[in-house]
Amino acid sequence: MSTAVEEKKSAPSQPLLGKKERQLLSDPLDSNNPITVQVLGICSALAVTVQMKPAFFMALGVIFVTMMSNFIISIMRNIIPGRVRIIVQLAVVSTFVILVDQLLKAYAYDVSKQLSVFVGLIVTNCIIMGRLEAFAMGNKPFPSLLDGIGNGIGYGAILMVVAFMRELLGSGSVFGFKVFDALGINYIGNGVMVIPAGAAIAIGLVIWAQRARNGMVESD
Amino acid sequence: MQRSNSYIFTFVVALTMTCAVLLSLTYESLKDKQAANVAFEKRQFILTTFMGAAAVGAMKPEEVNKVYDEKVKASVVDFNGKALDMQPDELAVDREYKKPIEERLLPLYTITGTEGLEYVVLPTYGFGLWDNIWGYIALEKDMKTIKGVVFDHKGETPGLGARITTEEIQNRFEGKTIRDEGGELVSVTMMKGENGGGDKSVSAFEDKPHKVDGMSGATLTANGINDMLGNYFKAYNNYFKQQSVDKTASN
Repeated sequence: MSTAVEEKKSAPSQPLLGKKERQLLSDPLDSNNPITVQVLGICSALAVTVQMKPAFFMALGVIFVTMMSNFIISIMRNIIPGRVRIIVQLAVVSTFVILVDQLLKAYAYDVSKQLSVFVGLIVTNCIIMGRLEAFAMGNKPFPSLLDGIGNGIGYGAILMVVAFMRELLGSGSVFGFKVFDALGINYIGNGVMVIPAGAAIAIGLVIWAQRARNGMVESD
Repeated sequence: MQRSNSYIFTFVVALTMTCAVLLSLTYESLKDKQAANVAFEKRQFILTTFMGAAAVGAMKPEEVNKVYDEKVKASVVDFNGKALDMQPDELAVDREYKKPIEERLLPLYTITGTEGLEYVVLPTYGFGLWDNIWGYIALEKDMKTIKGVVFDHKGETPGLGARITTEEIQNRFEGKTIRDEGGELVSVTMMKGENGGGDKSVSAFEDKPHKVDGMSGATLTANGINDMLGNYFKAYNNYFKQQSVDKTASN
């Protein structure tokens, strides 16, 4: 988790979504993706990507939590005492996570059962605390909100790609719809894709594809 | 900027209060909806034990309620098998579980069809590896053959112990019997180790009426299941015996 505060000073008379704001949204989708570039939030990416439906709700949950906690922390950034700032961030994040958990239990009960402990574990998702420390503590509410949405979507997008690969190859379906049966192909699910090891392979492939496209090489 | 201790305390208390109020309000406003979900899931579980997960999964919520109201009758018996004048909703299964087995009040769901009693379904409760596990067991009217089971859990390991919620594991219990040839209660035991999963696991134990294949990597959860089943079969044993006697007498 990077602790460097990225200072972004925006001039007062800018359009609602200027270049910088658009960048805040788009950077985490590709060149600064939390999962594939920063390699944060891997635990839940391995755990909830067996099927697309729970992955989708997980992504929505994380987007909501990063967005709202980034926003709230940014509003409070000048009154948060420095000595207790981590615990304050944690309290805010936990509140939103419990909110998500309660809402799922009330309105999407089966999804909440599939996600089980992983909703609660959003609290420990490094992406959220990372963005609070690195961005929201040093930037205005609106850019922080966008940064939260961007990172949430960056996480969610990878989650959906991985879940798509795993559900298609592991169970032969997409969002529960049996694709191969519909096409009349007798497909036997690949067991590796159903277990977490399949997610590690799938994420590895995504990282490989992304790096090959962006021409990124490891510097040693 | 260094702030005074009193500022920090005030800030933290105010933040905590705000979060607490917000969460309490959310909980209060969603409580009924959540309770309704749990109650509905229980109905689904009970139907699943004797109709199968595929059939119940394909039913709309209204159909589940309709079939449940038509077929399922809830009652409570005591350790001696005597029917009591109360409803299962008045009992908390976890609180009953803590009592000595002789003093427990036992909820019971009887399933009747066109030809009278078809199955009895008993709720069970126990501990897995990390937290509570529970389930519903349907027995045929001979009071010894398992028609089907449903298990659920609070915090078993996903991919290992949490597999008890899958059809694959639950199917292994179908057709097993809880009594030996002399009529003595022996329960059903989930073994250690696994014979390949899926159909292979079922066929490996086809000729063993009191044993089912285990879950690789989840022996402690399986032990929890075994304790739970043994415990509750014992608790309902007097009721089962009575039912079998009643039937022989009326024949």
